Amino acid sequence: MTTAITGEHLKKNFGDVLALAGVSFEVPTGTVLGLLGPNGAGKTTAVRILTTILKQDAGRATVAGYDVATHPQAVRQSIGLAGQYAAVDENLTGRENLVLVGRLNHLNKTDAGQRSTELLDQFKLSDASGRPARTYSGGMRRRLDLAAALITHPPVLLLDEPTTGLDPASRQDLWEVIETLVADGTSVLLTTQYLEEADRLANRIVVIDKGLVAAEGTSAELKATLGETTVALTLATSTDAEAALQSLATHGALRSVTDLKTISIPLRGGAKTIREVLNQLDAAGLEVGRFDIHEPTLDDVFLNLTGTK
Amino acid sequence: MSSLTSSTPTGGAFKWAIRDALAMTGRNLTVIRRVPQVLVFSLIQPVIFTLMFRYVFGGAIKIPGQNYVDYLMPGIFVQTLAFGAIQTAVGLAEDKGKGLLERLRSLPMARSAVLSGRVVADTVRNVFILSLLIAIAYVVGFRAHTNVPMVLAGVGVMVLFGFGLAWLFALVGLSVPNGEAAQAAAFPMLAPLVFASNLFVDPRTMPGWLQVWARNQPVSATANAVRACMLGGPTATKVLISIAWSLGISAVLAPIAISRYRKS
Repeated sequence: MTTAITGEHLKKNFGDVLALAGVSFEVPTGTVLGLLGPNGAGKTTAVRILTTILKQDAGRATVAGYDVATHPQAVRQSIGLAGQYAAVDENLTGRENLVLVGRLNHLNKTDAGQRSTELLDQFKLSDASGRPARTYSGGMRRRLDLAAALITHPPVLLLDEPTTGLDPASRQDLWEVIETLVADGTSVLLTTQYLEEADRLANRIVVIDKGLVAAEGTSAELKATLGETTVALTLATSTDAEAALQSLATHGALRSVTDLKTISIPLRGGAKTIREVLNQLDAAGLEVGRFDIHEPTLDDVFLNLTGTK
Repeated sequence: MSSLTSSTPTGGAFKWAIRDALAMTGRNLTVIRRVPQVLVFSLIQPVIFTLMFRYVFGGAIKIPGQNYVDYLMPGIFVQTLAFGAIQTAVGLAEDKGKGLLERLRSLPMARSAVLSGRVVADTVRNVFILSLLIAIAYVVGFRAHTNVPMVLAGVGVMVLFGFGLAWLFALVGLSVPNGEAAQAAAFPMLAPLVFASNLFVDPRTMPGWLQVWARNQPVSATANAVRACMLGGPTATKVLISIAWSLGISAVLAPIAISRYRKS
């Protein structure tokens, strides 16, 4: 099996609302696909179809080689789902939550207990394992939720906005856990609104908007479609900036419309361009105050493609 | 990686359905124990009704040939069961609202277990509450006129009725978005069953059109059966009518509720 997840022309309507209008994607085994999109883009609908919670209206999806429509039980035995709502039972302790999910995955009592201990340890929840989950912090709940998804060592993991609402430290923690899982061979489909998250975790990214694929590629490819790296130079006065603009005309320098002291130059030649630019300014006797390199971010890609903030 | 894998059902789907239902029952009973306030509040209401009807209104209500307290307490038992059944809807709706049902749907567990585990746990809770209520009944002067097996038969009739109601409210719980909505939807459904009934007064005092309803609806039928079991008189027909209601409601609504869970 070389493909962990495939979606082919998936369509789903809820009444008049079009959630997916024909979305295709593929997750090669052992890789992470980031499904990126604004609220209501159809990300969660895609996850619900892949986890057999929902049936698609048209199209086909396979997970771990099984068709979700014809072999839902085999799919359920191959996946772990961690959701944006952190679906843990607040009134059960951390350990009880894991054992319950283990039992419902048809592990026997001993295995469910052992595996829970292992996961509580791995997710730094051992000390809190006897407390009801309602006493957990947001980060602890997410870790418990992810731990529950991993109880049977599923080869395919579906993470629906796993870090939404988490503080930066908890987010880092969770990212590290996910990276470890992927390094061990788990295939992951991850939905997120955070471009930083997709940038860090995903091998490939599919941007969806209004139920359709808006763009697809690696993070670097998506950024490349958006243009070049530029360097922004801030000079002492707007008169200096005017002079700099003239001496750097051959490099395609532009002056900022919001800050007249700042000019930006595309870095077509990388470090060589920077050296030339600085030498030319030096020769013209112009002092550079601030110096910023601006890389196109996935945010730029996202805003450009979806037109939403 | 270890070699843990979820086993495929070897003993047949039925065996797994039972095992999964037991796992869910255990979970639901743990939740009831963890949040004892719910249980306490579900006892406060019947205690207030008992005190009110026993000592405030009771003197004004005449039931020919009977002590009012003996007539009243089986009514209170059935009322408590009926209102307690709302918890089935609330519990399910809360699991749904919190996203827990989503996770359960993604597991290889039996589809029926979420509902059957809920209904079985609520049945256990009913037995517990009824035991406490019978003790309270004795404190305020209620006395069974039959024997222990007949009193237990009366409890059995009520537990079975509670089972039927649990399926009705499981369906309600699946049809609303959260716990508050379940509460709001359930009360108007129960009011005509609980109050336009023979639970507190003899329907003979009601207008003719209301008597027809108050005598024959399932809550009254169950109270009739319980009174016959605990107080004596002709019993068999009354018990059979109540059992027929309970089994009928379960037979119709359990498959509807389970299929609704599968589809939603």
